[in-house]
Amino acid sequence: MHTFFALLAGLIFGIGLIIGGMSNPAKVLAFLDLAGNWDPSLALVMGGAIPVSAIAFYWAGMRRKSFLGHAMHLPGTRNLDKRLVIGGILFGIGWGLAGICPGPSLVLLGTGAWKALVFVAAMLAGMWVFEKVGK
Amino acid sequence: MNIDWVNFTPYSALAGGVLIGLAIAVLLLTHGRIAGISGVVSGLLHRNKGDTAWRAAFVVGLIVAPVLYGIFSALPESRVDASWPLLILAGLLVGLGTRYGSGCTSGHGVCGMSRLSPRSMLATAAFMVAGFVTVFVVRHLIGL
Repeated sequence: MHTFFALLAGLIFGIGLIIGGMSNPAKVLAFLDLAGNWDPSLALVMGGAIPVSAIAFYWAGMRRKSFLGHAMHLPGTRNLDKRLVIGGILFGIGWGLAGICPGPSLVLLGTGAWKALVFVAAMLAGMWVFEKVGK
Repeated sequence: MNIDWVNFTPYSALAGGVLIGLAIAVLLLTHGRIAGISGVVSGLLHRNKGDTAWRAAFVVGLIVAPVLYGIFSALPESRVDASWPLLILAGLLVGLGTRYGSGCTSGHGVCGMSRLSPRSMLATAAFMVAGFVTVFVVRHLIGL
């Protein structure tokens, strides 16, 4: 039962990415191409998601436990460090090269795209490298 | 700046965004977890008891989403232009960068921004600027 809600969340997230246009790497790149024919759509995906998410976090902040009785795992780290910037830059370069970030890569995998399989394999390898050397 | 009004899809973008927000709400209010995709996925790389099922279920949901969507309606156009070597390089950078920076577009860009987390604002600024610059260099300087 608990697991069902995680599955449901993943499904809704994926359908949101599809409807929002995030599962089309060409559209993502058109959003990142400020100097070209700029497609601002994806800014509105964030604009639609953030207020709803903000309400959820506000609600969660008033509760000690989730509705299923799990502890609230909210990040407690506050310090701004170089890792955030360096990690963000590396991620941004990868995002700009292919137009794919982690969520859409999994949705694309579900469409059966071979290119998504290769991307996801490389992404997992990158995460694995971090586990081995980056920590 | 030249805006591409033909391909601008404000309503579906907003609707998709609202759904993403709802999904974040569902995972947070039922499991007490942040729907940061890179974090959820990387947590599967090392198995901790009791911490695997929800992650796997969430990932399965994302992968199955287009299949479910396809039953009711035709999937919107999706095109990957990047070459194979570029895809591999991009995937490696996305995997490494999201772990090193503790998050991606969902964890920092949506969840963190909606909590007004200074860490997420910094990370989001870093990956957005890097994304803009990368596309500028690739398309307008190198001309790939």
